[in-house]
Amino acid sequence: MTRFLVRRALWFAFTLWLVVSLSFVLMRSVRGGPFSAERALHPSIERSLEARYHLDWPLWKQYLQYLGPLDWGEHGHRWAGGDGAHPYGGILALDLGPSFKYRDFSVDDILAQSVPISATLGALALLVALVLGLPAGILAAVKRGTWLDLALRCTATLGIALPNFVIAGLLVLAFAFGLGLLPPAGWGEPRHLVLPAFVLGAPFAAYVARLTRAGMLEVLSQDYIRTARAKGLSARTVLVRHALRAGILPVVSYLGPATAGILSGSLVVEKIFAIPGLGAHFVNSALNRDYTLAMGVTLFYTVLVVALNTLVDVVYTLLDPRIELGTSA
Amino acid sequence: MRLARAAWRRLRRERAALACLVFLLGIALVALLAPLLPLCSPVALALSGEPRPPEAVLGNQAWPQRVSLRFELFESPRSRESLVRLERTLLDLVRGIAGETPRVFRLGTGVEIRALELALLYRPELDPARGSDLAARVASELARASQDGKLRIPGGGDARVTFAGLTAQDAYGPLGRFDRWLLRQRLALFGFFQTGHWLGTDAKGRDLLARCVFGSRVSLSVALAGALVSLLVGVTYGALAGYSGGRTDERLMRLVDVLYAIPFLFVVIFVLTLLNEYRSELARLGIGRMSAFFVVLGLVTWLTMARVVRGQVLVLRQQEFVQAARVLGASHARILLVHVLPHLLGLVVVYLTLTLPSVMLYEAFLSFLGLGVEAPQVSWGLLAADALDALNPLRTAWWLVLGPALFLGSTLLALNVLGDGLRDALDPRARSGASRSGA
Repeated sequence: MTRFLVRRALWFAFTLWLVVSLSFVLMRSVRGGPFSAERALHPSIERSLEARYHLDWPLWKQYLQYLGPLDWGEHGHRWAGGDGAHPYGGILALDLGPSFKYRDFSVDDILAQSVPISATLGALALLVALVLGLPAGILAAVKRGTWLDLALRCTATLGIALPNFVIAGLLVLAFAFGLGLLPPAGWGEPRHLVLPAFVLGAPFAAYVARLTRAGMLEVLSQDYIRTARAKGLSARTVLVRHALRAGILPVVSYLGPATAGILSGSLVVEKIFAIPGLGAHFVNSALNRDYTLAMGVTLFYTVLVVALNTLVDVVYTLLDPRIELGTSA
Repeated sequence: MRLARAAWRRLRRERAALACLVFLLGIALVALLAPLLPLCSPVALALSGEPRPPEAVLGNQAWPQRVSLRFELFESPRSRESLVRLERTLLDLVRGIAGETPRVFRLGTGVEIRALELALLYRPELDPARGSDLAARVASELARASQDGKLRIPGGGDARVTFAGLTAQDAYGPLGRFDRWLLRQRLALFGFFQTGHWLGTDAKGRDLLARCVFGSRVSLSVALAGALVSLLVGVTYGALAGYSGGRTDERLMRLVDVLYAIPFLFVVIFVLTLLNEYRSELARLGIGRMSAFFVVLGLVTWLTMARVVRGQVLVLRQQEFVQAARVLGASHARILLVHVLPHLLGLVVVYLTLTLPSVMLYEAFLSFLGLGVEAPQVSWGLLAADALDALNPLRTAWWLVLGPALFLGSTLLALNVLGDGLRDALDPRARSGASRSGA
């Protein structure tokens, strides 16, 4: 058990290191550095800017600076942690550095502003996915082969196939401009949340429904369900007590990828509905060539997703007694 | 090949998947033959200033592709008669040179005519250089005619004739040789006829149906190219891992597990931003933006393929025919290429069908965000983005949303259904529900 957890933690650390290093290499390979792109600065100003952000250092030193809270400045080695006197605290001190485009904002500031917004939206979307997907999947499995099953499966295929901006366009047309029930975009009131959360959650609801149906079908055909039925338990008890627990296991393991998908989806959804969340910032930073911000957000998302995936893996392993802990799968 | 026939028999039973296959082939054919169809020009602007809703008109006789010569007048003709005479003279002149009767358009207000435009039906062999040549010849003929006193140009002086028409370049963007040939066939078949605006027009007056059809060329080719890159990488990686086995296999597949956990959309966006910086360098190396784009897309979608191929190769490796080949002294490369790869074909086709929609979705996503396909070219994602930008409460241009949604949605749906059907037919162990698929 401990060995399993330690191993997972090590893989987690390795993944993060890989992403951090990769993004560092990518970022430093940009021609001319982050400042020369915008407009020609006076050489002395450029030099002082580079000195401020330590871009004049040799690469290995920049890399260590970027990674860790170790201060490699002229005052010697000590724990710095981005206290303002030094522009970078390093990743390990949870300091992602300054934004190159938003003056006087650090990437951390921007994250702090926008993460709660995106988190609210994402959590709601996940809720939508589960609330719509689970019952639909269970219903389809129980009513297998009927027209209801067929209709639900078709809807699910549609939900998986259609990109969320297409769904968004159609829903905005129908509910915002056609019926006038909901605002087409914006942020601040609960009404603003309805369309984005649904649009963001819909494809994942479809996946959850599909997974639940497949899982439930598999479980319902197993011997212990037959035994439970033979004991004379009501159909309801069999379903809720016995089948459901095992049947929704695939959904649990899907939650990791689903979260990643919802985060990616929020890029588009936040843009469509003019929501000032992290996704919108990320797209803008990519378009504005604000590399520190883009990389900071990429890292943030990666950490989140990798952490969630690891967590889901662990939970899954703990939930399913059939999986042995020694063999990592 | 017995496997293929059995799979085909099973697939034929899946009516829905088969219908999707037919539909997809149709879409691909339409995309390939787009210039042959009597569509409006996808890029020619009509500056009406507002999008127009779909109209139930079969077709119209507008002149989307024409060569026009502009004959500038220094002074408006005094009378109607002199204008008509001038027009007729010009008409005869141009007919004498080009061998075809042009249409004449008067430019200017009703009272004051500033110029005359003589439009000829576009002919693909008439490129801009030849067009100017034509203009020069007409100008010199005009000069001679006015010297001889046959033609009186109002206001006197030299008549200036310039080549000012839409060329094929303007009407369709750059066309290859095959497309020019198709265009010639279209003109031979349909002449001036072009469809009405069945799906409406956008704010710049461009026909949405034509844009969707021409957009399908970009969307489909990017998806296909990206999926092929993904196939190449995935099969190579998976086959090597599976064939090596043991420790190497374990390490290689662990790396795939690690990569699975990374949200690639963000990385792709990051990489595309960086690639934008090196646009000119890439262009010098002969790598267009589009090629870089689909290579990047292919590089992030190969993971599932690698996993599946590796699993299959692990099984194949143990089979007698592989062992026999090894005993006979075949090299590893030969065993992999000649003995193992052919057995992967069915599996690869299935997962190729499933990779296509995901690459297409990536493309649409990125184009939607403004990081993918760029303006002179159109793709479905770009059209959808334009539509959502144009949505406002004052004037709801619903058709702009509907058109691209119809094309993109139906194609993605068909690909998904076909992929699921193929998988059920060819790879019964992996049912659609049980597969692990991240976004």
